Amino acid sequence: MDASLLVIIVVITALAFDFTNGFHDTANAMATSIATGALRPRTAVALSAVLNLVGAFLSVEVAKTISGGIVDDAKITPAIVFGGLIGAIMWNLVTWYVGLPSSSSHALFGGLIGATWVSSGADAVHFTKVVDKVLVPAIAAPLVAGIVALLATFLTYRLTRRARPSVSDRGFKVGQVASAALMSVAHGTNDAQKTMGIITLTLITAGTLSPGSGPPTWVILSAGIAIALGTYLGGWRITQTLGKGLTTIEAPQGFAAQTSAATVIMASSHLGFALSTTHVASGGIMGSGLGRQRDGVRWGVAGRMAMAWLFTLPAAGIVGALAGLLAGQGTFGVVLVSVLAITMAVVIWLLSRREPVRPEHVVDEIAAQSEPHKLDVAA
Amino acid sequence: MKVDWMALGAVFAVSTGVVLGLVVLFSVGLRGMSAREDAREGGGNGVSGTVVAGVSFAACAAVVLFGLYLVVAG
Repeated sequence: MDASLLVIIVVITALAFDFTNGFHDTANAMATSIATGALRPRTAVALSAVLNLVGAFLSVEVAKTISGGIVDDAKITPAIVFGGLIGAIMWNLVTWYVGLPSSSSHALFGGLIGATWVSSGADAVHFTKVVDKVLVPAIAAPLVAGIVALLATFLTYRLTRRARPSVSDRGFKVGQVASAALMSVAHGTNDAQKTMGIITLTLITAGTLSPGSGPPTWVILSAGIAIALGTYLGGWRITQTLGKGLTTIEAPQGFAAQTSAATVIMASSHLGFALSTTHVASGGIMGSGLGRQRDGVRWGVAGRMAMAWLFTLPAAGIVGALAGLLAGQGTFGVVLVSVLAITMAVVIWLLSRREPVRPEHVVDEIAAQSEPHKLDVAA
Repeated sequence: MKVDWMALGAVFAVSTGVVLGLVVLFSVGLRGMSAREDAREGGGNGVSGTVVAGVSFAACAAVVLFGLYLVVAG
């Protein structure tokens, strides 16, 4: 297949991935604000989308980690990147359908590593870099966010115990919106950059950019827009799980959890750690649940989320490896992979239409919900 | 296998410091607001509460903006 045509396909696929990432992650930034009634769902999502876009322009460190680090750009082709992306998108769609906040980022890394490994051999994957910039932060960041949120929640309740309820009620709702806004910006700085990194990597493997380049402006712009659109259009389904499923959230907790998560993400982005915003947000929410009361976390739901996280890298890796192998066979392979992926996406979308979840429903269910949100997960 | 523990430690230290600082400032601000309303109900003008609240919230905003500046200046 013509190399430039393949590059165009990969760029479009990467932007589609970015869109699904936004779809997934509205919840991270806005779940707690929606759950406590600090923001109306539509406003929350629109605000989040705009700030995602802003965040995308703030930094390129994470993009560089991806385009210049975790795989050997001399040993892979655009077809392999394409396979990896397809693996990531498929895993994202499946977890979105069952309402599980799994990590889009780890899906992306899994897909890319799987595809590279199978097509170009294990030595084309820089495992040291993967451990240093991806795996260790993957475990550390949610823990850090959780610990910080725990302390922050405890302090917040302690310090405002004697404030007037009317004042602290209003105050924390405003504080929560501010911290949610910060979270959206943080999200743009980490997640939008992953797509930029992938597109940049593709351009490098195709010879359009020299190795070690940062993302060009059009890449930054289009990645920012794609994630913002995705954020605006999707995410109701997962908002349910994060908003009330893990722990019951009050406004001061939401404030503490978001501020912690946003700060951890920004600090990490700044150092080029490509971490999962989903994991960090969940860590923050759990920490704040514990900070308010000792039994403040629904460990069952948390455990199922952790399981999904464990599966994410290998599952996306396997799909990515298969797709990468197929796509590497030439034009026919690329077309076949595309058709399969589109078919599966349509099937999942149709399935999700059978019981659509819309903003109005999210509010109703959150208000009425006293039982833990159920997850219909087979795995 | 080289893991950059310094960088991870920096993330932990910076996050803890910044977040706890913000939370304390914000809470003090809320207490200032409360004091102001208490004073007003008692017939006072509540200036000290207003000042405390104003300074605290302004400090919060400053911390956030400085953090963003550091990321952008990268």
